[in-house]
Amino acid sequence: MKPTDISAPDYFHKVVDCQWACPAHTPVPEYIRLIAEGRYSDAYMINWQSNVFPGILGRTCDRPCEPACRRGRVEDNPVAICRLKRVAADFKDDIKHRLPKPGPKNGKRIALVGGGPASLAVARDLAPLGYHCTVFDGDPKAGGMMRSQIPKFRLPDSVIDEETDYILGLGVEFKGGQRVDSLKQLLSENYDAIFVGSGAPRGRELDIPGRKEAGANIHIGIEWLANVSFGHVDKIGRRVIVLGGGNTAMDCCRTARRLGGESVKVVVRSGFEEMKASPWEKEDAIHEDIPILNYMVPVAFKHVAGKLIGVTFQKVRAEYDDKGRRNLVPSGEPDETIPCDDVLVAVGQENAFPWIEADCGIEFDKWHMPKVDPKTFVSTNPKVFFGGDAAFGPKNIIWAVAHGHDAALSIHKMLSGEDINERPLPEVHVSSQKMGIHEWSYDNDISADKRFKVPHRDKVVALKDIRAEVELGYDLKLALGEAQRCLNCDVQTVFSAPLCIECDACVDICPMDCISFTENGEEDDLRQRLKAPSPHHDQALYVSGDLKTGRVMVKDEDVCLHCGLCAERCPTGAWDMQKYLIDMVQAGSTCQSKARSAA
Amino acid sequence: MTYIAKPKFHHPGLKKNELGYTHRDYEGKISTLCAGCGHDSITASIIEACYELSIEPHRVAKISGIGCSSKTPDYFLGNSHGFNSVHGRMPSVLTGANLANRDLIYLGVSGDGDSASIGFGQFAHSIRRAVNMTYIVENNGVYGLTKGQFSATADRGSKSKKGVTNTDNAIDLVAIALQLGATFVARSFSGDKTQLVPLIAAAIRHKGASFIDVISPCIAFNNHAGSTKSFDYVREHNDAVNRLDVLVGREPISVDYAPGTVQVVEQHDGSRLALRKLDADYDPHDRLGAMTFLQKHAAKGQIVTGLLYVDPDAEDLHTHLDTVETPLNTMDERALCPGSAVLDKINASLR
Repeated sequence: MKPTDISAPDYFHKVVDCQWACPAHTPVPEYIRLIAEGRYSDAYMINWQSNVFPGILGRTCDRPCEPACRRGRVEDNPVAICRLKRVAADFKDDIKHRLPKPGPKNGKRIALVGGGPASLAVARDLAPLGYHCTVFDGDPKAGGMMRSQIPKFRLPDSVIDEETDYILGLGVEFKGGQRVDSLKQLLSENYDAIFVGSGAPRGRELDIPGRKEAGANIHIGIEWLANVSFGHVDKIGRRVIVLGGGNTAMDCCRTARRLGGESVKVVVRSGFEEMKASPWEKEDAIHEDIPILNYMVPVAFKHVAGKLIGVTFQKVRAEYDDKGRRNLVPSGEPDETIPCDDVLVAVGQENAFPWIEADCGIEFDKWHMPKVDPKTFVSTNPKVFFGGDAAFGPKNIIWAVAHGHDAALSIHKMLSGEDINERPLPEVHVSSQKMGIHEWSYDNDISADKRFKVPHRDKVVALKDIRAEVELGYDLKLALGEAQRCLNCDVQTVFSAPLCIECDACVDICPMDCISFTENGEEDDLRQRLKAPSPHHDQALYVSGDLKTGRVMVKDEDVCLHCGLCAERCPTGAWDMQKYLIDMVQAGSTCQSKARSAA
Repeated sequence: MTYIAKPKFHHPGLKKNELGYTHRDYEGKISTLCAGCGHDSITASIIEACYELSIEPHRVAKISGIGCSSKTPDYFLGNSHGFNSVHGRMPSVLTGANLANRDLIYLGVSGDGDSASIGFGQFAHSIRRAVNMTYIVENNGVYGLTKGQFSATADRGSKSKKGVTNTDNAIDLVAIALQLGATFVARSFSGDKTQLVPLIAAAIRHKGASFIDVISPCIAFNNHAGSTKSFDYVREHNDAVNRLDVLVGREPISVDYAPGTVQVVEQHDGSRLALRKLDADYDPHDRLGAMTFLQKHAAKGQIVTGLLYVDPDAEDLHTHLDTVETPLNTMDERALCPGSAVLDKINASLR
C-alpha cells in the first residue's frame, strides 16, 4: 500500500466516526470534552454552530453518530452522544450575547417556504450576512414538524421556542399562518432566491376495504399528531391500533396512551428487528405497556353500521431470495382480527407540491420529486433551492440542517457571483496535545464505565400528562460519567517514519493490538498479517513510508482507544497525539473558496 | 514512565488459547522502564510464549535479582508466583525453589550486571547443576540504573554514550553457558520477536538448564553510534543461524518447508522443534562446533543468534539427585524428617 496521506482532510475526519457520520459534521468529541470540563455554554455553541438546534436534537435526533461510535466496537454500547448534547443545552448559561448579530443589510431578499429545520438553518446562516430572510409557514409559530409532529412529552414547546427564537432574533422575518400556495406568485415577488423547506407533509394512505366506511375512527398519523399538538384533539378510544413501524408510529402509540388509550397495540408488516423506528423509541413504547406485533399485514378494516370494530390481519413470514431481498409471504395461519375503537395509520410520509405550478421552471422526476442537485441543492430553476424532506423525501432533522447549510452556501455563492458548483474544502487544524513527558491536554485514562441510563419520569405520572417530558436528562454527575466514556477519537495518532527506531514499544503497549510492523503488501494481504484481525474494511489502515528495516508501520484505526500510550512509550517522539479539528464551510466562512489540508 | 494503567479493553477479535485466555491475560502491571526499553519487548515475548503454550499462570514461578531487567517480572504473568531476590542471587533462590517444588515452571530473569558481574558465580553454578529452568539474560551492556557505565558484557572497543572506549574484555555468557554444560543455549534480540518468542517457548518446554541471552538495547544509555548493543548495530551484524517453530501436540510438521531445510528435534516432553536452517553448516547438536562457530563470528564482529545448542535428551538436577517425583513441599513432616532411627540406619550404612 502507498503511505497514507494524512494531509487529506477526510482521512482523520473518518477516524472521528461520530463526526463523520453526522450529516452536519458536529465536532462531537470536542464538545463532550467541554461538557466534562463543565463548560456547557461552550459545548452548546459548538453544537449550535454545526447543528443549529442542540436542545431539540439532544432530545429527538435520530443519532447517526451513535451506531458509528467507536466505543460500540470496543464494548457493548456507544457513548450517549445525543443525550450529552442535551446536557449542554440544559446546563448552559444565557448565550444570547454569543449569537451573531444581524449584519448590515445587503439588500438581497430570500424567501423561505416552510418554517421547519431546513429553512431555519438557511436563515441562520444567511441573516448574519445581511440577507433579508422571510420565512413563510402555515402554522402560527416557527418549528415545522418539530413543533407539529413530535409529541410534547418528548420535546417541550419551551425548547422549540428558545431555539427558533435564537434564529428569528437574527432579524429573520417570520410570516406565520401564511401558507404559500403558489410558487409562481412567490417568484413574481422578485426575491433574489427562494428556498423550499416545506417538508414531506402528507401522510401515506392505507387503501384497504373498510377505509371509507369506518373513516371516522381511522386517522392519518402525522395529521392526528399535529391536531394533538395544536390542541384540536384531546382524546381517543380505549382500544387503539397503530399501523406502521417508524418513529411516527412510536409517537402515535405513546400519544394515544396519554389520551385515553388503555390498550394500545402497534402492528407492523415486517419483523420487529427490521422496523424503521429507532431502537430506543421502540424501547420507550414497550416500556409504556405497548406491545409491538410483527409479521402482520392489515387486509381490512372491520366495521358495523359505519363504526370501526377492528382490523383484520394476514399473517406472513419473511423469505429471502437469491439476492438477499426480502419477500413477505403468507404463513398459512388463519387471519386474525384485532378489535379496536380507533386506528392510527403511520405507514409513511409523502412529499406534496400542489403549489408548484408547471411553468415555474421546476422539473420533477418520475416519483414526482423535484430534480435537485445533491451537492448544491439547486433545482432546475437556478433561483430556487430545496432542502430537508422537501428535497429527497422524509429523513431526519439533522439531515434537514445539513441540507440547509449547503443550500445557504449555494445561495450566498450565487448572490456573490461565484460558481455554486465549486465547493470549498473545509478548514482543518491539527495540533500536538503534548503537555509534558507523559502528560496530554486531554484525559487519556480510559473509563471502563458502561453506558449510563438517562433518568425517566415515573411512568404513572408521565402517562397522565401529555406535556410532561418523559426523559429528565442526565444530571451533572451522570453527564460527567458518560462524557468520560468518550474515547477522544479526534485526538489522532500521528506517526513519523523518519523518527522511528523500530523498538516495538508502541506494539507492546497498545491495549488493542492496533499497531503492526511488517512487510508492505496489497491491502487485502496486509489486513491478513496484522497483529489482530481486521474485520472492518471500511476502517482505514494507516500505513507509513518505508522504515530502516524495509518494513512499514501499519495501524488499524478500527478499535484504537486514542489512549496515547503508543506516544507515551515512544522513545523518539515518532508517535504524537494531535487534535484534529475540522470546520465545515458554511455560508460566510472566511475561506469560502480556499482549499485546506489537514497536516 | 506511564502513569495510567493500561486499559482493560482488548481487541474484540483476539484469539484465545486452549485455556480460554487471550495474550492480554498474561500481562502484569504497566512497565515503569524508560520508553522504548528493549526489556519491554522481551516482556512481551515472554507473554506471547506463555500464551501460545497455554501455560496456566499459577504454574509459573518468576524469579529475578536486581536491576532494570530484574524489574520486568512485575510486567508479565501478573497471576504467577514471583520473587524479586538479592542482587545476583536469583540462581540460588531459583535452585532452592526448584528443589522444594519441582512441578513449577521456573523463569529466571536477570541482566548482564546481575549475571555477569555480581552474580557470575551463581549463574555458573546453576547452569552446571542443570537446574530445570529458563534462564533469560536481558543483556544491554550497561548499568542503566546507575546511568550507563559499561557492564561486563560490553564489547572491548565499544563506546559509551559520552564517547569513552571500553578497554576491558567482554564476557560472552553464551560461550560460558555452553562450556558449563547448559543443554539449551540460544541468543536473540529484543527487536526480533519472530525469532525470540519461539526460542522462549522451546526453552520453557526443555527439561534441563535452558539459557537465552537476549540483546536488549538500552534506549537511554546504549543506543548510540559506537555501541555494539544498539538497535542499528545489532540489526546490521545479526547472523541468525536458524529459525525455530515450536510444535506442541500431534500436529503434523507444516508442508511449507522446502525439503532438506528443516531439522526436527524432539524434546523429552514430546514437543518438537522445527529448525529452519539459515546457515547450512550449522549443527545445533554439536557443542564444540557451536563454541568454535561463536568465537569465529565474534572475532568478525558478528552477533550469532538462533538456537545455538540443544540436547533433547538432557537430564536435570532432580534426575542427578534421584529425588522423589512428589514435590518436597507437598510432603508432611514425617516424610521429610523420618526421625533418628532412620538417620542412624543411614549413618550405619556409611560406616
